[in-house]
This record gives sequence, C-alpha cells and structure tokens, in this order.
Amino acid sequence: MADVVMPQMGESIVEGTLTRWLKKVGDKVERDEPLFEISTDKVDTEIPSPEAGVLSEILVQEGATVGINTVVGRIGGAASPPPSPAPAAAPEPVQAAPEPAPAPPPPPPPPPPQAAPPAPAPVAAQDDEALGPLSPLVRKMAREYNIDLAQVKGTGAGGRITKQDVEAFIAGAAARTYATPAPASTTPAPISAPSAPASEPAPLPLAESAKTRVEPMTNMRLKIAEHMVNSKRTSAHVTTVHRVDMTKIAKLRDRSKKEFQERNGFSLTFLPFVTLAAAQALRAFPIFNASIDGKNIVYFRDINVGIAVALDGGLIVPVIRNADEKNVAGLQRSIVDLATRARSRQLKPDEVAGGTFSITNFGSFGSIFATPVINQPQVAILGVGAVEKVAAVVEGDAIAIRSQAHLALTFDHRLIDGALADQFCQKVKSILEGWSAEI
Amino acid sequence: MRKCEVVDLGRLGWAETFQIQQRIVEDRKRGESVDHLLFVEHPHVVTMGRNAKDHQVLASPEILARAGIAFYETDRGGGATYHGPGQIVGYPILDLREWKRDVRVLFRAIEQVLIDALSAFGIDARRNPDPGHEGVWVGNAKIAAIGIHISRWITSHGFALNVDTDLSYFQYIVPCGLAKPVCSVRSLGCAATASEVKQAIVASFAKTFDYRMDVQATDRAAAGVLQGAP
Repeated sequence: MADVVMPQMGESIVEGTLTRWLKKVGDKVERDEPLFEISTDKVDTEIPSPEAGVLSEILVQEGATVGINTVVGRIGGAASPPPSPAPAAAPEPVQAAPEPAPAPPPPPPPPPPQAAPPAPAPVAAQDDEALGPLSPLVRKMAREYNIDLAQVKGTGAGGRITKQDVEAFIAGAAARTYATPAPASTTPAPISAPSAPASEPAPLPLAESAKTRVEPMTNMRLKIAEHMVNSKRTSAHVTTVHRVDMTKIAKLRDRSKKEFQERNGFSLTFLPFVTLAAAQALRAFPIFNASIDGKNIVYFRDINVGIAVALDGGLIVPVIRNADEKNVAGLQRSIVDLATRARSRQLKPDEVAGGTFSITNFGSFGSIFATPVINQPQVAILGVGAVEKVAAVVEGDAIAIRSQAHLALTFDHRLIDGALADQFCQKVKSILEGWSAEI
Repeated sequence: MRKCEVVDLGRLGWAETFQIQQRIVEDRKRGESVDHLLFVEHPHVVTMGRNAKDHQVLASPEILARAGIAFYETDRGGGATYHGPGQIVGYPILDLREWKRDVRVLFRAIEQVLIDALSAFGIDARRNPDPGHEGVWVGNAKIAAIGIHISRWITSHGFALNVDTDLSYFQYIVPCGLAKPVCSVRSLGCAATASEVKQAIVASFAKTFDYRMDVQATDRAAAGVLQGAP
C-alpha cells in the first residue's frame, strides 16, 4: 500500500487543486503512468503514479484544494509489493511514506530524568536541616537528577528521605512530564497529594509500561471525528425512544419476501418501511426537515433522507432524494444501491450531500436502541433498533407474541421540544403499526 | 549543454500545432530532443483550459462555427482564451529538470520574458498581483495570456501576446473568467511588427532561461538555436 500525495510543485507553493483523476478506484496503474492532474496558479500538471498497483482509494475529490503532502489516494493491490516490509521484531508498522505530520510515537523507554526535571531547580544550596538527616546516596542522587528534595516525601524512619523515595519521585516526575508536555509549572504539586485536576484538560497519561502502536488516522476517520465533535458542540442532543409493534409489517414481509427477491434481485428489509413512515411524518412535521441558520429556521421543501452505511473503518451517509415520492420497493432499491456503492466507494459527491434528515439502522447489528448523533446541519436523526419477537400484553390483557422494535429519535432541542418529538414518533409508530398497503 | 531550438511555424491551425507539440514533448521525455520554443499564429480559435467554466465562452459552438472560429478543450491550465491572426502564440517545451523544478517560478519567468520584450518597444507591461489575474497587463487591460501544462516536468502550451489582433473577437469569451478589457501592441499605439516582437521575445527568453543566444539564420526571422550551460 503506497500513499499518493499532493506534490510540491515549487518552493513557494503550499497547496494545489486536484483537477481530475485520470484513474478510477479499482483501476490498475503502472509506475510513472499519469494518475491525476493538479492545478497550481495557471499551470496544469499531470502527476505520475509512485508505483504500480491498483488505485485502491481516492481520498481527495476532484476540485478540492489541499496542502502539499496531503494523502490524496492510495495505491495497493497484488501488483505492488509492500514498499519496505517492517523488520519482524519491530512492533510498530513502518511508515511507508512521509506523512504530513505523524504524531511522534511515545518513547517506549521512560524519559531520562535529566530531561524532565520537575522544575529548573535551585538545588545546590538546599537547606538540609528542614529535611532531616540525609544519606550521602540521597544527596548524590538529588544532585545528579537535579531534584529539589523539599518536594520529595520521605517514608523512612522519622520521615527520612530514602533512596526509594527519590526513585519514586523521579518516576513520578517522568510520568507527569509525559502526561503534560507543557513546561512544568513553577510549583509542582507535592507527590503525596492526589493529583488535582489541572485547569486545562491535559491529555490523559498513557500507561507508561503499556506497549503501544501508533497509526495515523485515515482521512475518513479524521473527518468523522471532526464531524461528530462538531455536532455534539452545535446541537442540544436529546433522544426519545418509542416502542413500535412491527407485527403487521413482519407478516407482510414474510408473505412477500420470496416474490420480492425474485422480482427485484435483492431482499426486502424493515428499513424501507421505516424510511417511508419517517418521510410521511416529515411531511406532517416539517420542523424535523429543517436547519438552523443563525437566527432563522430553514425549512426544506424536499425530503432527502440520508441512510447511514457502515464501512470498514468508517461510515458514510448517502442520500435518498425525495424519499417521500418513492414506494417501499423503490426505497429498498435505493438503499441497496447506495449501500453497495458506498462500500465499493463508488458514490458520487452529490449523492452524499443535500440530506435533510437521517436514519441509522443499528438494529441490523443487533442493537435494541442507541442515541445517535445528529448529522449536521440537520436537526434530527432516527435510529432503528432490532426487530425482535417478544411476549407482549395485547388488547384484552392477553399475552401474545409480537414483533417489536424501538425507534430512537435524537433531536436538536434548540429547535424542537420533547412534546413535538414524541408526536413525530407517534406518527411514525401509527403509520408502521397501521400498515395496510401491500408491496 | 542545454539547447533550445526556436521554430517559427508561421500560420498553422491549433490542432495541427498541438500534434507537433505532443511529438516534441514525447521526444523530450525520452531525451531524444532538446528544449523548444515554438512560435505560431493560429487562425481564429477559442480554447478552454482545465479551469475554464462553460460560461466563460459566451457564444454557443454553433455561433462560433458560423463566425469561423474553431473551438477546442485543452489540457493546459487557465480558463478560456482566444487566438487569431495578429497574435504571437509561443509554446515553450522545456525540461524543467534541467532548469528549475518550480511551476510558479516558471510562470513568473514567462511573464518576465513578455514584460522585458514589450519594454523594448516602450510598453510598460506588468504583472497583476491579484489572484486569478495571471498574465501580462498594460494598465488594467490584458495584453498576454499564459496557460501551461506539465507532464514529468516537461512543459507545453504557453503564452499568447496580442500584437495586431482584432480585439473584437474577444467578445465571444470572458478571457480567463475575467470581465476585463484586452489590448494589443497596436492598440497601444506601437507600430512594431510581429517579427520584431518575436525577436525581442527570443532575446528576453534566452536571458531569462539562461540560454546563450545562437540564432541561426533561417527563412524565418526568429528561428534558430539557443544554447545554455548544462
């Protein structure tokens, strides 16, 4: 696997625009064969492939401007031998190509104490009287490691500082320094005090002895991370969960499953029913099909429902446009088509844009219910839990076996209040429970 | 020894010239040819660069055809432009590995070649520092456009300098996406001929790209061979 990067086309050039990919994902490419074109100023340049193989991933789409050394794609496949196999003993994978800014791997051995003094210490003229009697060894260690012995808690007889105390202090200082790479504060906390939470949230200390492996996040991972945190920061997330009796739909599905499969070449799931019900509910409650723009509410006329699709190492939310105009079969076809092409990375950019509401089907992985994160700039997302057969109390206080699912709606409380959210869910529920149409 | 052959193709169609360029580029990649500076005068033609948007061409292909203007999409950088009689088109085909591997320095160098050449005729041409305003300007009017393609550090396409161009043909396009006026050597009141301007360009080209002038006399005034240190 080789990274393909945005090349530097001149000393003063810090970025380039990827104007055109000359190969598609899955295409074979020879070493030095033109792979993509970039544009800098008014110069258009063909960039050759760094090695032979198969274009396995396109990370930067046409038209995007990115900094030099940004990974724009990856070449992999049988045709390319690994660039430099890591020596068997090394636990970390060897970095194949120069990444823009790989995180420095944490040094496996503890940092040398000299490099991490708790404070640039005034040590020499120490008033030893206050510390009680000190052994020559402790004095020597304090000198060598540049330690302020007043900071060291003694555990020996009468509070004397022992060799072990100094060693423990050194280890602690190293760990503290490791945890907070910022310069140590002028007054380090006494080692005995339980470490008070710092005013700035410092990165959590990595377990010193734990073996680590450092791997840069993929572009998709970085994007998802940014998107999720941004959403949590933007919206006031609230999730409400409603139980839905899916028995009618389950029976209908059982009846038409075989014929549907034969007619269409793909199977019928519960998801298109939920999508259709949600689309109808969105018509009835347009505030769920909206965005916040400053102090305004933007209502969307079209109902474009994004369907979250899990990928290896990430997820993507392709969009079914005008979902309310489709029937169950049409929705199922769109879902299958988008999910298939999402997994083979064949989606076009406009197929993942323009969503006005999202649905995530964690039930397919067995989850009963979850609290999904809103897909910004939307204001609500519907999570579909697993459809399960349960013993339920039905009319007339009888107990019956019913197919049941939980629908979890996460909504942005800035715009939508709980009562309305529950009305929306009840609408979806009543459509699903009262389903009468055939497929 | 770096060498640059200067060839004046005279009046030649855009597509034919493109084929000649391509052949020299391929030869140059294999090291079977030296650097080249081609001069040509195209019949009326509108070309679109890689960054060109459709709206930069104001006339439909049918209207262009009726006006006798050919139309091509190209692989050079930049937007839409017009070439026609009275315009000096120059195509430097250079191996940048033997000069400087820097597209921005190359671009600035080509601008400088034209600025220096025009100054020989008392024309105060300049760069425009605004983004998107690449090329050479006199006042707020554009006198020369530049659009380059690079493949394995071999350059192709190049510049177009208006000498005695009928500027009304620019009405069919928005040159490089800018709604700015165009001008020519003649419209600025200078009587220099295309042949004189080409000789000035060869001189400043040799200076800017570090070639020693060694112009061999041929049937065309500017053609010859430039030589430079390796």
